[in-house]
Amino acid sequence: MQHTKMVHLWVGLFVAIGIASLFMLAMRVSNITAFAETEGYQLTLNFDNIGGLKVRSPVTMAGVVIGRVSEISFDKEIYEAEVKVTIENQYDNIPEDTSASIFTSGLLGEQYIGLEAGGSDTFLKQGDRFKLTQSAVVLEQLIGQFLVSKASE
Amino acid sequence: MIAFIENLGESALNIFEKLGRGVVFFINALAGFPALILRFTLVIQQLYAVGVLSLIIIGVAGFFVGMVLGLQGYNTLIDFGAEESLGVVVALTLVRELGPVVSALLYAGRAGSALTAEIGLMKATEQLSAMEMMAVDPMHRVIAPRLLAGIIAVPLLAALFSAVGVMGGYFVGVGLVGVDEGTFWSQMQDSVDIYDDVLNGVIKSIVFGIVVTWIAVFEGYDTVPTSEGVSRATTRTVVHGSLAVLGLDFVLTALMFGD
Amino acid sequence: MVDSQSSASRESSSGDDKPLVEIRGLTFYRGSRAIFDNIDIDIHRGKLTAIMGPSGTGKTTLLRLIGGQLRPHAGTILVDGESVTKLSYKQLYQLRKRIGMLFQNGALFTHQNVFDNVAFALREHTKLPESMIRDIVLMKLEAVGLRGAHQLMPVELSGGMSRRVALARAIALDPMMMMYDEPFTGQDPITMGVLVSLLRRLNDALHLTSILVSHDVKETLSIADYAYVISEGKVVEHGTADALKNTQSDWVKQFLNGLSDGPVPFHYPAGDLYEDLLNGGKS
Repeated sequence: MQHTKMVHLWVGLFVAIGIASLFMLAMRVSNITAFAETEGYQLTLNFDNIGGLKVRSPVTMAGVVIGRVSEISFDKEIYEAEVKVTIENQYDNIPEDTSASIFTSGLLGEQYIGLEAGGSDTFLKQGDRFKLTQSAVVLEQLIGQFLVSKASE
Repeated sequence: MIAFIENLGESALNIFEKLGRGVVFFINALAGFPALILRFTLVIQQLYAVGVLSLIIIGVAGFFVGMVLGLQGYNTLIDFGAEESLGVVVALTLVRELGPVVSALLYAGRAGSALTAEIGLMKATEQLSAMEMMAVDPMHRVIAPRLLAGIIAVPLLAALFSAVGVMGGYFVGVGLVGVDEGTFWSQMQDSVDIYDDVLNGVIKSIVFGIVVTWIAVFEGYDTVPTSEGVSRATTRTVVHGSLAVLGLDFVLTALMFGD
Repeated sequence: MVDSQSSASRESSSGDDKPLVEIRGLTFYRGSRAIFDNIDIDIHRGKLTAIMGPSGTGKTTLLRLIGGQLRPHAGTILVDGESVTKLSYKQLYQLRKRIGMLFQNGALFTHQNVFDNVAFALREHTKLPESMIRDIVLMKLEAVGLRGAHQLMPVELSGGMSRRVALARAIALDPMMMMYDEPFTGQDPITMGVLVSLLRRLNDALHLTSILVSHDVKETLSIADYAYVISEGKVVEHGTADALKNTQSDWVKQFLNGLSDGPVPFHYPAGDLYEDLLNGGKS
């Protein structure tokens, strides 16, 4: 009987350790808040070039994540990328003349959408479209421009 | 030449026959699962054997693998001035690949071989037959609890491996070579996705747990009941179990991270 | 539950003289070799019936066929009126609860002590409280003279003791029939004597029907009520112990008296020795 008790104790401990590990992987290693699909409203943006933007890439304003990319598609009418983003409901006062650009975190890091607030009094709401967008900077183009300008000096 | 083709055909038939027996065996064992709910003590005893007794090897291996990843990752990343991504490298490698795969390999060697040897010896010493004649189906009494325990234990072991590994990487990265602690964790949290990475890793380890334990108990049950047969079956468990893990890992990786 | 079943079957059996086990036209192949070729065997109720034959004649196989662990290629096996081959999974397991079997080396569960081994079937098949299981187990162990050893592990037992524990385990559910697979093999004379008298006493005290498979002629015939001698898939002789001693068959005489040469040749069938030696490596 004593033996059985020890076995049960150890197995309990084992399962607890395993679940604690899973918990640590979820909370500490990854970001569990990103998993919960936050309630939000959808906005649409058009870009000439989205570079390496992906679904679930962050959407930031002043550097703070306020939403995520929810869908990327190609608009074959106007040959542009159409990006749908979901913005958390608490940020419901984005001016309609806000401009959106695709930035890269660090030289080779992940790409994200940065929003720069405009001055309008009317705010964007569900289904609206950004008017001002700036495409991703493609490194090769940048280097090309740099070389051309160097050569013309 | 004809003899060669004959041999080929014969071994192919043998393989398919064994595979078929294995599938029937698996289904029979699964049929024993519902009854285990009422007698979970049986599963707990097996969890002790396959889980608790594997804790130390998994923990130690995980910690060292994490430390090596930390050191190697740092030495490589520093060339690109990207050492703050060390946490990402360590965590992604562990959670996606090394955690599930290495712990499944260690499990096959530590617990799988023991399962095969135990069941094989029970068969060789007629314990399984005796049980059958006492009107207790060994599929339900012996095989099913071991299979279930393996399926429960492996994902937990893999999670432990990854978690301890991340701590090993942290120990080397932050403690020894001096990566900033804040960046280590925050970069990791930014890049590791709970669904794409953590959950997929857990799914992998569940699949590995099922396959390795299945191979182990089947090889034991299918043993030629001699001491040579048991030793061969044990070897086969480790070899086939490990190959199955590596092969399946490729398939699962292609399915999960393919796009 | 188990008790009521077996006693009921005993009552029903007391009236008629039908044998408990009735084997008709049994044929069983291993590979292409016929282990049994159309044999008939009757095991009568309350009797201790011996099945004898040289090693490798499939005596153990016969017990497995009766227990439903193997299926014959032809023929019928009736145990207490039920055809073993036609039973469903459930019915077969119900039948096995009423059959005890002693395996050649005991086949004790090595990870459990003697007490738990004997208690195994009781715990699996009954919902008796632990205190009652304890009483039953100790009584069964007392019957084989090993009550004092109930805390030992199987590895601590001698061969003879293991078999006696296995015997206690096999009778734990009060079976209607016991099957013994080579219980005397490899035992010293004292242990052998203990086992021999134990088998006989158990059969009479518990009103069992026993099937004893063995090639230890002297010991077996000393306790058997009836005996079958099997060789090369056939029943070559059967009768009471005395009848067998007066057999007309040379082969049976050789077997019963343990003569080294006779109808059974000393040599395994082979080609000419001289030719074999001349052939060198090319066989």
